Formats: sequence, C-alpha cells, structure tokens
Amino acid sequence: MPEKLDGLDTFPKLLLYHARERGERPAVREKALGIWQTWTWRQYADEVRVLAAGLAAAGFARGDHLAIVGDNRPRLYAAMCAAQCLGGIPVPLYQDAVAAEMAFPIQNAEIAFAVVEDQEQVDKLLEILPRCPTLRRIWYDDPRGMRHYAQRELAPYERLLQEGRAANARDPGFVETEIAKGSGEDTAAMFFTSGTTGNPKGVVLTHRALIDRARVAAEMEGLSDRDVVLAYLPPAWIGQNIFSYAQPFVTGYCICCPESAETVMTDMREIGPTYYFAPPRVLEALLTQVSIRMEDAGRVKRALYEYFMALAQRVGGAILEGRPVGLADRLRYWLGDLLVYGPLRNVLGMSRVRLAYTAGEAIGPDLFKFYRSIGINLKQLYGSTETSVFVCVQPDGAVKPDTVGPPVAGVELKFTPERELLIRSPGLFKEYYKNPQATLEAKDAEGWFHTGDAGYLDADGHLKIIDRVKDVGRLADGTLFAPKYLENKLKFFPYIKEAVCFGHGRDRVCAFVNIDMEAVGNWAEKRNMPYSGYVDLASRDEVYELVRECIERVNADLAAEPELANSQIHRFLILHKELDADDEELTRTRKVRRRFIAEKYAPLVEALYSGRDSVHVEARVRYEDGRTGTISADLKIRDAKTFAPAAAKRAA
Amino acid sequence: MTADAAFAVQAQVAAAQPQGLARAVGEPILVVENVSLAFGGVKALQDVSFDVREREIRAIIGPNGAGKSSMLNVLNGVYHPQAGTIRLRVGEGWREFHDMDPHEAARLGIARTFQNIALFKGMTVLDNIMTGRNLKMRASFVEQALWLPRARREEYEHRRAVEEIIDFLEIQHIRKTPVGRLPYGLQKRVELARALAAEPRILLLDEPMAGMNLEEKQDMCRFILDVNEQFGTTIVLIEHDMGVVMDISDRVVVLDYGRKIGDGTPEEIRRNQAVIDAYLGVSH
Repeated sequence: MPEKLDGLDTFPKLLLYHARERGERPAVREKALGIWQTWTWRQYADEVRVLAAGLAAAGFARGDHLAIVGDNRPRLYAAMCAAQCLGGIPVPLYQDAVAAEMAFPIQNAEIAFAVVEDQEQVDKLLEILPRCPTLRRIWYDDPRGMRHYAQRELAPYERLLQEGRAANARDPGFVETEIAKGSGEDTAAMFFTSGTTGNPKGVVLTHRALIDRARVAAEMEGLSDRDVVLAYLPPAWIGQNIFSYAQPFVTGYCICCPESAETVMTDMREIGPTYYFAPPRVLEALLTQVSIRMEDAGRVKRALYEYFMALAQRVGGAILEGRPVGLADRLRYWLGDLLVYGPLRNVLGMSRVRLAYTAGEAIGPDLFKFYRSIGINLKQLYGSTETSVFVCVQPDGAVKPDTVGPPVAGVELKFTPERELLIRSPGLFKEYYKNPQATLEAKDAEGWFHTGDAGYLDADGHLKIIDRVKDVGRLADGTLFAPKYLENKLKFFPYIKEAVCFGHGRDRVCAFVNIDMEAVGNWAEKRNMPYSGYVDLASRDEVYELVRECIERVNADLAAEPELANSQIHRFLILHKELDADDEELTRTRKVRRRFIAEKYAPLVEALYSGRDSVHVEARVRYEDGRTGTISADLKIRDAKTFAPAAAKRAA
Repeated sequence: MTADAAFAVQAQVAAAQPQGLARAVGEPILVVENVSLAFGGVKALQDVSFDVREREIRAIIGPNGAGKSSMLNVLNGVYHPQAGTIRLRVGEGWREFHDMDPHEAARLGIARTFQNIALFKGMTVLDNIMTGRNLKMRASFVEQALWLPRARREEYEHRRAVEEIIDFLEIQHIRKTPVGRLPYGLQKRVELARALAAEPRILLLDEPMAGMNLEEKQDMCRFILDVNEQFGTTIVLIEHDMGVVMDISDRVVVLDYGRKIGDGTPEEIRRNQAVIDAYLGVSH
C-alpha cells in the first residue's frame, strides 16, 4: 500500500522519498548484454540529480520543455525526472514516428533540448532541424554509429552526466533547492495525443493530477513496492507512462525495460511481472500466436487444448471471480490448470500476473473472456490522456465483459442527450498547449471534460462505451450503426488483423478487411498454397473464402441481437496493403482513422456499394524512411451471407 | 516479411546507400602474387595477383566457375597453390604462406564465412558464436570440466565478448534459439557473428548475401559496413549481386576462367571493357 505521501506533491520529491525509504530496493531494471542490470531507488535518484545539474548547466530553465524520444530506457526516464526537478516539462514523443511527425510538437512547444535514444532518433531530429530553429541541444544515449557525427547540437548522454557532476561539485545543494521550489500545480508532463483527426494536441498534465490518479488506482488495487512491471509500450503513450513512471513513483515498485521490441516475450517470461498492461491489439497478437502454435501441435495436445478451453469458457470466469461452481467442474478446471492453463500462462509470461489491465480501445468480448477463463485477472480500464488514464476500472469480483466498470474514487460522470460521456475528476488535464480554442471545446466552464465517447451507465452503475460519438451512425432505415463494435467482432478471428466497416447513411453495411499475414500465411502453408507476399495472399480466392466464413459467423451473431441485426455485413473486400500509421491510416496507437480511410479509398467504398465484383486501385505508400511510392492492384469484392434477425423470427 | 517490406521490394528501392566512409584505408596487409591453382587438368586460378589494404572492403567478382571460391580457399589455407606466393603482414614483418592450414590462418587473424552456411544446426545461436572464441580459450580441459577459477573467468570474459557481438548484430531475440530453426537470412548473420567472435584482422565472406531478399541484403550490407567501420576489420568478399558490390567495396578484383581480367575501384570496373564483355557476353 502506498505510504503517507503528504507534502510529496511532485515526482522529484517522490523520487527523493523512495531513495531515503527504500534506497536499496530495485527501481529500474534493464537487460544489457544479456544480463539484467538494476538501478536501485538510490541510484535512480543519484542519476537524476546529476542529470538535472547537467541540464541546468546547459541552460535548461524552469518552464522549458525537454523532448524525450526513444524506447523504454532507464536513462530516458531519468531525463524525464531531471527536467521535472528543474521545473521543466518533459515531452515524450513516439519513437516510431517519422521525422515529419516530430516537427509539429517541437515547433509547437518551441523545444530547445532533446534527449534521445540512438542514431535513428538523432537522424530524424537532424532531418527536421532546419524547420525547428529552436532546437539547440540533442543528447543521445547509445553512441553506436555516432562516431562521425560532427553537428554541434549533438553530444552523448555521458557528456551531460560529466557536466552535471562538475556542476554538482560547484554547487551541491542546487538541485535539491530547485526540487523544493516545485509544487503540485506545476506542469509535470505534456503528451501529444495522436488524435484520429487533425494536428496532434499537447495535453498539459500537472503533478497533482497524475499523482492523484496513480495513487487512487494503486490504493484500489493494493499495489506495493513488491510489484514488478514490464515497460514495453511506447513511453510517449500516457498508458505506458502511468505504469512505468507515475505509479512506480507513487508505490515504489520496479519497472523492467526489455532488451528490444523482439525480445519482449522472452523478457516477460524471465521477469514474470505481477502487474501487466496491454492494449487489446497486443492481447490479440498473443492469442493469434497461441492459436498458430496449437494448430501445429499434435492431435492429442490439440484435443486436450480444445476440451479444456471449452471448459474454461464455461466456468473459468466464474472461478476467477469466486462465484459458485459445481464440484465436478471445479475438479475438472483444477486438472485443466495443471495440464493446460498453467503451462499456457507460463508461455505467455503471465504466471505471476496478479493484476492485468487492458485499455486504449474497446476489447472484443471473446478475447477478453479468453484471458480471464485461463485464470488471468484481466480487467478493463477506461480513460484517456486528458484524464490521466483512470476514470473507470472493473472491480475484482464484479467484472462485466461488456462494460468498463464503475467510476474510480473522485470521478463524476454525466451524459449529454446525444449520449456523450462527460467527466469531472481530479486527474483532468490543465489545457491543450497553446490551443485555447480546443481546450474550450473539450473542457467546459464547469470543468466537465467532453470525451467524444458515446455510452451509458447500466443498472449496476458500470459504464458501457458504445463507440465514438462522431462514429456512431444510422443506417438509411434509421437503425443504429456502431462500426467499432462490428470491427472488434471481426478482429477476434486470428485471420483478420484490421477491419473498417461502412454503413452510415447507407442501406447496408460493407467492410474492408486486412488479413493477418502470420496467421493466414500459416494457414496457407498448411494447405500447400504457394504465395509470394501479402498482396498475392490477400487476393487468393481461398483466402476470400476464409474471410467470408468469418464474416458470416459474425453475421449469425448479429442476427441474434435485435438492435444490431440490420448491421450484418453484406459485402467485403480484402485490402491490398496493411493499414499503416506511416500512411496515416492508423494512429500511432493503431486505431483506424475511419474518415481518412473512407476518403482515401473512396473509389473502393463506391465499388462495394455499386455491386461490381472487382475494382482497380492505385495507392501511394510511404516507407519508413519517409519516401513514397505507388502500387496498384485489382481487388475482388465478394458477398457474404446474411441471416434473418432472430428476434423477428421469434415474433413471426 | 511484412507487407510493407513486400511493397518495398516491388518498388523502386535501390540497395543500401552507404554514406561517405570516413575511415582510413591503410597499407597492403595481404599480397597475392602470381598464384596458380589446378585440380588435375582444371586450371582454377592462373597467375592471379592482387593486394588487400588494411581496413578496406575488397570484392572478388566473376561469372560462375571463375575461381572466386578457390581464391578464398587459397587465402585461408584450405587449398595450396602450385605456384605463386601469398604474403600476410604480421606486426612489422611479412609472413609468407607456404603450406598453411586453415587453423594457422585462423590464428593469424583470418576468419571466414561459407557459401553454404556451416553452423552447428542443433546448437543455440549463443553456443555457435561461442565456438568462434575457441582459439582464444586458454584454460585446459580439466580446468573447464572442474569449473576452476581460470575457466570461470575466461567463460565470463568470452560470454561478454559474444554478447557484445550479439548486440552489435541485433540478434538478441534469437540468442537461445537453435540455429536450425532460424530463417536463412538470420543464419547468415549468425555465421558472420561467429566469424567476428574470433576478432579477426581479415574477414573472408563467401557470398554473404546469396539467396537473400532485398530487405535482408540491405541489413547485411549495413552490418558489413558497420563491422568495417567499428572494428576496422579488413574485409574480402565474394558476391554475385553487382549492385551490392559496387555500393560497398573500395576496390574490386574481377576473375574470369581463373584469370584476373580487371582490378580497380567500382567506377573503373564499370568502365572496363574486358569486364563488360565477360559479364554481358561479346559477339564474335
């Protein structure tokens, strides 16, 4: 449980507190040359003190912004805290963003200083340097490949440390004095929201807001300094930042940084985190991997898996929540835990997970149930950058898969007549940086934040989110059309990676589909189907048939839901390319940018509704290095079977 | 391969583009003079001479059967030429090859990779690279078996060196994977890692990019350039892909039917009439 933290109203103050209280406990771990290396809280604080002195010596002053670009690295987190020590504001940017995307935040916040991970990030900043005249100093953590860079803006992280040590020797009390000047009302950090429309907005969050939310949630879930978290998502995303910065600073738990993006699975198994956080797409990818491996398994194993997963589907959730279950089923589940669920949790690296959250996007109910049924306490969480994440959390023992749970302590909710959710909470953001217009639109005079999400509270007071307000539409006959709901249903199939549904103002629903290269590739190999690459595979009749079966199963489900029976998918096509954030089709957090896609692929949408059975497409693609090229293909369009609404049948 | 990569292959992307290499190519360290090699009546190499300078990337190219692999095999002592001399600079002096065997070549700092990957398929990536440290191990069999202090110290030291190479070649994620389960492109990278583990002065690469797709080739090019730049390793490579050769080498030797028909910078080779004839054919 978090201790008495009165008076510790900023992150640097919390850091000093932990360095005193639990100086020898691990704070950050990172795998270097194959071995986990640990920073204790005391070492963490020492590093931050030196860094802060170095930054101050370089001219970084109160109120300045510090860009932080890179993966989860202890030194980058230390740099965040160092900026805060001086009353500055760290601005984490997405490490996989292309150079052009980084220009806006840097210009917007007039950033002069940046701490980045490696050569890749340095190259991007140098590329946009002519457009960002304010950028004066760039420090890089990893010196590899940097030997021949002579730009005067550049210096290695070590140099910053050296200068910091020298400055500390001259004036030992300086950093502590600066830390003491900070207050909870100061800005702690600024996160640029990826936003599904328009330019990103800098969300300004205070120390008080972040610390309050982090603490309330930690108290509710009983987090302590014995917990361990694997920090593997982009630190520029508020979710990762809460779990790897704000909450450890409140509770004193340890975060672990994986070696690289490819080693996350291995690292997860080695570390055995107790507290885990994953957006639905990651959970989906894990399940896809499991499914693929099960398909490759021998017959006996497959039969065991199928038998026990069916059992888990039936009683797993109830057992996890401590609801009554018959003795026979309990015994069977115990056997299943021994043979299937336990080993499966182990493979996923989740053997020790006590608490897991998913958020960032709605999760398919089947996907959600899968994890809970094998004994992982996965819960949904609702929140956004503007609310310091925690708005609603599903409580232990009362998880309803189709809701995101009741509001957490301190949060007030209300709804507009259009069903838009409004929030008031101590965790709300201060403003959008230099964008009073947007701030005014999002946060009204009484302090209600307009989320843009449509939803309602159910009978038990749990929040149910339907879709984005602007995305919820109506079919031509006036019935409800919630595209995301359909897409999530489609995405639960391992073969479908992404889907975009159209239907607002139309007489029926049609869909774009992206196949999952790994799953469908494996499926094709099993059938001895040769293919040359994504485009080829995506255009195969057999694959269309496979996707059609998935869609028809969704249609059968929809037919059973009276409100959504008319949303059955009539026609579909498989896109010739994967939707990609580099092409602006997805946000950096991989949400589909529906409007952009509808405009970009307007001819395809028209073809879906015109009844043609193929369409020619030419598209521009942008490569990771920023260059563009065009590709062209002929796409097939196929019909899917729809079903008579069950309710109507019953009525008849 | 992702779909994006597939498109990259289809589109106009050229091979890796190295930036101006700010490294100093030094004096010759390996000199081949009038070397001839015959297998019975087949003359694999006839009177071939060239030199390799310190820290340069030297390519040997030529059509099939031109004698490229034979040349490489002569350079690390697998074949012994019937005529001619090969000299290697060792410290201040020169060492002449007579009946040098591959083991001795390795001790003198010549490491190589093979056209058909020659790794231990059942062993992990880590263990495979560790074998590259073999020559550097001093502890005796008994010391190692009993895990005595010297063996332990050595093991740590070698493991560290291997981990640095793993980090350098970005293969952390397959550290514990048996090599036989890896795709071809990664196996090639592991083989390069094993050759690097010997900390060679001269690295011989036999078709490092054969059978790779464009993305894998670009990666491999980058790693070869990085090795050359970071460790100052002299590299002699055989390669079929002309784009790659022209992009990354400092100088190129062209062989045809066992004879040297060209030698110079990529630019000179591109303009060399004998080379153009050998590659494109010539009407008689």
